[in-house]
Amino acid sequence: MSEATAHSIEHHEPETSTGIPNKKVLMWAFLGSDCMFFGTLISTHLIYRKISATVGSNYLDIRDLFDIELTSFSTFVLLASSLFMALAVSAIHKGNLTSTRWMLFGTIIFGGIFLACQVYEFTHFVHAPGNELTLSSYRGDPHVFGSTFYLLTGTHGTHVAIGVLWLVGWLIYSFTGRMSVSDAIDVECCGLYWHFVDIVWIIIFPVVYLMEYAF
Amino acid sequence: MATESIDYASPETKSKVETKVFPRPGQHVTGIVDWLTTIDHKKIGLLYGLTALFFLLLGGIEALLIRSQLWSHNMEILTNRQYNQMFTMHGTTMVFLVIMPLSAAFFNFIMPLQIGARDVAFPRMNTLSLWCFFAGGITLNLSWFFTGGAPAIGWFGYAPLTDTRFAEVMGDMGPDFWVFSLQILGIASLLASFNFITTIINMRAPGMTMMRLPVFTWMTLIVSFLIILAFPAITIALAELMFDRTYGTNFFDFLEGGKPHLWQHLFWIFGHPEVYILILPAMGIVSEIIPVFSRKPLFGYGLIIFSGAIIGFMGFAVWSHHMFTTGMGVVATSAFSILTMLIAIPTGIKIFNWIGTMWGGRIRFDTPMLFALGFITMFMIGGFTGIMHSSVPIDAQHQDSYFVVAHFHYVLIGGALFGLFAGFYFWLPKMSGRLMNEKLGKLVFTLMFIGFNVTFFPMHYLGMIGQPRRTHSYNEGHGFEAWNQIATIGAFVLGIGIAIGIYQFVSSFFNKKLKPAGKNPWDARTIEWTLSSPVKEYNFARTPIIKSRDQAWENNYGPKEKHAQQEALGDHGVHMPDHSWCPLVTALGLFVMVIGLLFRQTIEFAELFIATPYEIAIAGGSLFVLGIVMWALEGPGGYHLFPKETEE
Ligand code: HEM
Ligand SMILES: [Cu+2]
Repeated sequence: MSEATAHSIEHHEPETSTGIPNKKVLMWAFLGSDCMFFGTLISTHLIYRKISATVGSNYLDIRDLFDIELTSFSTFVLLASSLFMALAVSAIHKGNLTSTRWMLFGTIIFGGIFLACQVYEFTHFVHAPGNELTLSSYRGDPHVFGSTFYLLTGTHGTHVAIGVLWLVGWLIYSFTGRMSVSDAIDVECCGLYWHFVDIVWIIIFPVVYLMEYAF
Repeated sequence: MATESIDYASPETKSKVETKVFPRPGQHVTGIVDWLTTIDHKKIGLLYGLTALFFLLLGGIEALLIRSQLWSHNMEILTNRQYNQMFTMHGTTMVFLVIMPLSAAFFNFIMPLQIGARDVAFPRMNTLSLWCFFAGGITLNLSWFFTGGAPAIGWFGYAPLTDTRFAEVMGDMGPDFWVFSLQILGIASLLASFNFITTIINMRAPGMTMMRLPVFTWMTLIVSFLIILAFPAITIALAELMFDRTYGTNFFDFLEGGKPHLWQHLFWIFGHPEVYILILPAMGIVSEIIPVFSRKPLFGYGLIIFSGAIIGFMGFAVWSHHMFTTGMGVVATSAFSILTMLIAIPTGIKIFNWIGTMWGGRIRFDTPMLFALGFITMFMIGGFTGIMHSSVPIDAQHQDSYFVVAHFHYVLIGGALFGLFAGFYFWLPKMSGRLMNEKLGKLVFTLMFIGFNVTFFPMHYLGMIGQPRRTHSYNEGHGFEAWNQIATIGAFVLGIGIAIGIYQFVSSFFNKKLKPAGKNPWDARTIEWTLSSPVKEYNFARTPIIKSRDQAWENNYGPKEKHAQQEALGDHGVHMPDHSWCPLVTALGLFVMVIGLLFRQTIEFAELFIATPYEIAIAGGSLFVLGIVMWALEGPGGYHLFPKETEE
């Protein structure tokens, strides 16, 4: 016979068919989809990067504008943030919440520096005297480079910003006591996302920046 | 029946919600609040289905206006521009607001039942997907009321038709509505697909191995993968288009170095997988129906699934067959031509498997089976014409003619829509608990089958003798009139058939005179038919332990060792998640934000609003963020039920 008794709810992650937590499968599926987002943006950029409405008559060299030292620095910072992220994930798996908090903090700071560099870069590019790169022009001539450049790197920057916000959420949770060892899977998903966003930058950096010095 | 005596957890049930800041509506909400906050996959499925049927009527009316305009030469029922708006809205509506959500209705309702799950993996995300779909549908149709009216750019939105400088009407907002609504609908589809993938991979009942999954569930999985891999291309293309229209970027602006050609590529990289997103669910439905009504197991289960996966995979490599006449060069054109021809092979395999299933079976011609048979025959005709225009020189003749219109309506109506109607006649008894009137069902089938063929078969001929597609009118003396008139008459017959069908579906939920369906009215094979009709909120009183592929059939006719067993109910009973307001709030925020963004450049309608567009956008954005924060804070919640064991 059925029992009509009320129980208070004990929360336990349900077992899954594969043994992999649901959230992780979700994150992998999302990252698969995100690959296609960036794939589309990167191919658009590759198709357009040499095209301007005035090509031939007045070929424009984007190297005059790029500040490769700065971008190399911010690339390094973003890669380093991945180390902090990995350490955060490993710390929460070991149950060391203090260490998790510090590593999250490090990831946020490094992510923040990367974003600051990008904001600086964008403003600098738009206003570079004589070399203005806007959404629709370069040095005042109609050009598609700016369109694809800003949309691609901007989308990546948005990803980083969302990641930073997510991490800040966990940092706050670590102080309010809502973060516990049982949240390891959530932090791990956050880590997957963060590493993915880094890997995308590892592709964007050579394809968008370095390649301009080679071909 | 034992199921009737189920006791629900007493009203005192407390859910342990970690924060009480935003209490979630519990299990006792009723009426409209229940439907607004529901996270039950079955109710979500019903809402998807009902809304899509409404849009089917709307898109149908648009189609009938198109057909009336073409009744004879130089008609003026619609102006040139209205005609363009009509076929744009018709195409966009039918693809994104009818066929896709009808498929989603079945994914939502049936798939979790078929794998023995109590819900999808992320129930609230599922609700968010539903409300995003709502918001997208409303946004698209709001376009009628503002500057320029509905978009007049075709469902494919080719550049430079979307360029602001070439707009027929100054400040035309139609394309903006189109862009934003497709973005929201994309979010809806992506969210739903992530959810379905996780659910199918992770939430199967014990013993439900991948190779025991019902074919419909397999097709759900494949379609979900197609969606998450194909939608990004259109999302980015639409974002680029939005930047072009708003911030003056040059992506598709040929005057400033952009390439309209790129739009076509991005659109069809999405667009061709999209046609398989439209047809594979129907193929899954038909693969469920034919074995039931032939009283034989599905012939070549593995092959059907494998060819479905191959179709999905190859679907990403044939997009340029929509662009044969754009001058891509000989190599690209030939490669895409060959790949397109190859994709017909897995499609043909499926057809032979369905025929093999019927072969030697004891076939019953109930309405679901009639629609399934209609699907096979009509889809084959569409497939044949598809292979015809996979040949480049032939396609050069077909392109932009009525022949192509005939092709894709044979696959989309004769294929997808017939398959989905088959699904309604098959599964509605499970959803409503009532059997539908067979005679009326057969009438609907007859009207639709005849109406459809009378409408679209002549279009093959019209295309061959040169009637152009997407063209407002034609002159006297081409000999187009007679066949156009026949097609228009057929269209009205088809429309009447569809309308009666929709009436029958909706009324089966309210008409108390209909016979109760019982658990398994068709003597069907998969485990959703072991449940009571309509299905209880917790789906399975006891999680089944699956022993074979056609589990419901084996339970009735198979040897003892193949009967399903039942998992014991744990101390906590069935865990039911609480309702939630957050998905609705989040989707509403998104909708308000989009409305604000849409009006950012117009002052014309300023008096309509209490705030400036920017303020509206910011308010919407804040609501959106608020919804997400509440979502994170409200905690999982939930309550426990202790249903009595049934004799499933
Ligand atoms: C045997 C399989 C198929 C082949 C070989 C095939 C081939 C083609 C080709 C080559 C075109 C381009 C015709 C032109 O514009 O000149 C086309 C158009 C189209 N096909 Fe198919 N097709 C097949 C199945 C399908 C299916 C299953 C669907 C949808 C359920 C579909 C929907 C469409 C649509 C909507 C168009 C027109 C797109 C537009 O221009 O707006 N096709 N098909
Ligand atoms: Cu195609």
